[in-house]
Amino acid sequence: MRRISAWRGHWLTAPTVWLALQCGVAFGQPTPAPGLRSGFDTMSASTQAMQRDDAANPGMLTVKEGATLWSRPEGASQRACAGCHGEASVSMKTAAARYPRWDERLSRPVGLSQRIALCRQRYQGLDGGSPSTPTLHDSPAQLALTTYVAHAARGATLQPDPDPRLVPWRERGRIRFDQRLGQLDLSCANCHEERAGLRLGGATIPQGHPNGYPLYRLEWQAVGSLQRRLRNCLTGVRAELWPPDAIEYIELELHLVNRAAGLPVETPAVRP
Amino acid sequence: MAGALVKVQARARRGEVIDITAMVAHPMETGFRTGENGQILPRNIVQLFVCRYDGVEVFRAEFHPAITANPYIAFTTVATRTGTLEFRWIDDRGAEVIERAALIVE
Amino acid sequence: MTNDSAAQTGRRHSLRLMLAGVAGLAAGARAPARATPSEMQAAIAAFSRGAMPQSGSLRLVVPELVENGNSVPVSVMVDSPMTERDHVRRIALFSEKNPQPQVVVFHLGPRSGRADVSTRIRLADSQRLVAIAELTDGRFVQTSVEVIVTLAACIEN
Repeated sequence: MRRISAWRGHWLTAPTVWLALQCGVAFGQPTPAPGLRSGFDTMSASTQAMQRDDAANPGMLTVKEGATLWSRPEGASQRACAGCHGEASVSMKTAAARYPRWDERLSRPVGLSQRIALCRQRYQGLDGGSPSTPTLHDSPAQLALTTYVAHAARGATLQPDPDPRLVPWRERGRIRFDQRLGQLDLSCANCHEERAGLRLGGATIPQGHPNGYPLYRLEWQAVGSLQRRLRNCLTGVRAELWPPDAIEYIELELHLVNRAAGLPVETPAVRP
Repeated sequence: MAGALVKVQARARRGEVIDITAMVAHPMETGFRTGENGQILPRNIVQLFVCRYDGVEVFRAEFHPAITANPYIAFTTVATRTGTLEFRWIDDRGAEVIERAALIVE
Repeated sequence: MTNDSAAQTGRRHSLRLMLAGVAGLAAGARAPARATPSEMQAAIAAFSRGAMPQSGSLRLVVPELVENGNSVPVSVMVDSPMTERDHVRRIALFSEKNPQPQVVVFHLGPRSGRADVSTRIRLADSQRLVAIAELTDGRFVQTSVEVIVTLAACIEN
């Protein structure tokens, strides 16, 4: 099974790319590497149909919930997301395709859900729990808003943010992807590179891309975050779970997005 | 209960058989699962789904725990006259979700 | 998974372990009890009020490959004119191995236009699924399918 990430590491994160973008040079969107396949392609026809049909996709219930929260004034300042960001279908048209990004105040990368949580904290005075609350990213309101915002970018092409400050974090994520862990001593690459397309139990092993999150997993019978899915992976190899919002998740997400560059955002995806 | 999504075409010819889909957010807790503390999670499912067309019941479904979470149903009805379709879900605790759709029949 | 180097064998063994673990966990986490075929028969008899179901123009459609037993799309269609005099009154689904045999009962009528209903159900394991329809002339017609259900890998606990 050929490695799909080998040639990407240097090209898209080079400082020259970033500078060129600052100078307004149009670079065009990355085309997917040969052999790059969304998890959508490895699903059964009926699960694919469930994702495609907005009336049958349970993730759309979460999107509907997010739409309500988007317009709801919150906190002492009684601000709604819509107050600053207007129509999400316009302002968030590509947002989800460009995360994780650098956060100036925290001086570290943040994922989309973290960005939303920080916004709610900073501008709406909402304390959804500290970032280390175990299920912050999977709490109903957080999930609904993240799904709604990501859905606004459905169809947009996943592009790693070329900010050079992200490079060392992304690189650590790349190393982590290849690192064996847990009692089963398996790395992400063992399953999702070397064995992608083969079967594990009754399921086909997907390449493990993040382009559909938050997504409706049939196993959960609920919408869940990428962090939740990564925790399932860690459990699968009998590894200790990283603490909530540990930097490991974001480093890995940076690498996963880089690896998946060129795939479309599918939120809310449906997966087995 | 949280929200629901209903899909009905906006217009139909008189006598046309139209497709309707309806999906409601609900965990459909079976009453067979145990929680983290080893205790059975109490059952709470949507028991009943009723579709009324201008107040007349045209379709009903009785759900049991084997119906998947966020229950989805697709059925048909005859477009008889311009009016309102009402969709109602009721769960074990008596909580109700109601959605409505207008249908123009030519 | 190709050559038989020691490392490859080790990894295959690890994956088998994981699979066994997953299957074991999944079995434990799912329903504690199961209906028996005779319980299903009793439930069907209750639905048909003792009448003997016949085979008839009733179709039960389930995907060939069920990726997750938590969500199995099911469609039932009965060939009926759906007139006031001749229509399908009710359609019920029954499961052979779920904790309880009843799955759903649909109530239709002449205003339905067609006897054509779909939903999504949970199946605890590979098993037989039965559909039975009550017609206005008092007859009950029945059909069944064998559904194969696979388990997901890398689950929550």
